[in-house]
Amino acid sequence: MTTLEIELKALMLASLDGDAASHHSLLDQLSRRLRAYYKAKLAAIGRGTSEAEDLVQEAVLAIHLKRHTYDRGEPLTPWVHAIARYKLIDFLRRNRASLADVPIDAADEVMADDDHTGAESTYDIRRLMGRLPKGMQCAIEAVKLDGLSVAEAAKRCGLSESGVKVNIHRGLKTLAALIARETRT
Amino acid sequence: MKTDDLVALLSTNLEPVDRNAVVRTLCVAIAAVAIAAIGIAFAGLGFRPDLTTTRALIFLAVKVAFAIGVTGLSLAYLTRLARPSGERKILPLLVAAPFLVIVVLAAISLGSAPRAHWERMIMGDEWLECLLSIPIIAIVPFAVSIWAVRKGAPTNLSRAGAFAGLIAGGVSAMAYALHCTDDSLPFIAVWYGGTIVLCTLAGAALGPRLLRW
Repeated sequence: MTTLEIELKALMLASLDGDAASHHSLLDQLSRRLRAYYKAKLAAIGRGTSEAEDLVQEAVLAIHLKRHTYDRGEPLTPWVHAIARYKLIDFLRRNRASLADVPIDAADEVMADDDHTGAESTYDIRRLMGRLPKGMQCAIEAVKLDGLSVAEAAKRCGLSESGVKVNIHRGLKTLAALIARETRT
Repeated sequence: MKTDDLVALLSTNLEPVDRNAVVRTLCVAIAAVAIAAIGIAFAGLGFRPDLTTTRALIFLAVKVAFAIGVTGLSLAYLTRLARPSGERKILPLLVAAPFLVIVVLAAISLGSAPRAHWERMIMGDEWLECLLSIPIIAIVPFAVSIWAVRKGAPTNLSRAGAFAGLIAGGVSAMAYALHCTDDSLPFIAVWYGGTIVLCTLAGAALGPRLLRW
């Protein structure tokens, strides 16, 4: 097992227990690896790398939303790789690219390189947020963008505390779906 | 949007995660669906009238054991298939074990009976009813299993769909067994086994469409 795997798995376990700093550090490091992975993949099948950042963000959102599916007894790399590859194939299918061109890759490829160019994706999250139902929009803005506590957000949005949590989760899922639709070329 | 901003957004006010979410969702779903299937079988077909006789109970036990074997193994697999890269760690052929056992028992039973009885042993009285009932009863269990798998993140969609179909077929066969009066091992092997395989194939075909996330 590589030191990177050990380090990232420790971050993952802490983030599953609700440690925000570990979660931030984990997603940050994974997004760099994913950027290098997607750029290489898109280049290898003759597509421009400009879409790589959209894919990075789709995968980061998926890792966040699906983190409950990680089995703590298993290594992290294959789990991340399966999500990254699934999102790549899904992206290519949406864009009607030939899937036959996607070569089979080993799990550790997803962690192979680090690319930290501060890139931007093609969509604007504030604009996409405008298409969410009111409750989801308010809950995400209050808790995720303005950093209010769940109790404060509940007061602001006129929801119960569990209502705020449900709206954040559903809202992020809906956003992920909107982003996927947005990045269809 | 900058990826750094997205990462910051996702990390703000992070909630801890339930560590057994995948397994719990699946187990609760299958338990609920087993009760529902028995209810559907009872309401639609009624239980067999001779349910308390020894012969009926022995064959009911064989059918239910077969169905529970199929359901239990596929439930164990589904808890893996509902996770990214989960398909790496399973041997799908192990799930053929209950089918093999029932086919071997059926062959032994046919071998020890005169050839003239074979057709009756295989076709029974109600083969058509069995062929139709198990897939129909399986519809609700299939929908609920798909819902439960979607709560996870399957990355091999046809295989996850196939196992959702298999589990639905197994649950449905268990419920149908309470009604079915055809008591012969070859009948169980052909009509129970066959319809469960049909449910599995349907699940494999529908998986990629139903399970995308």
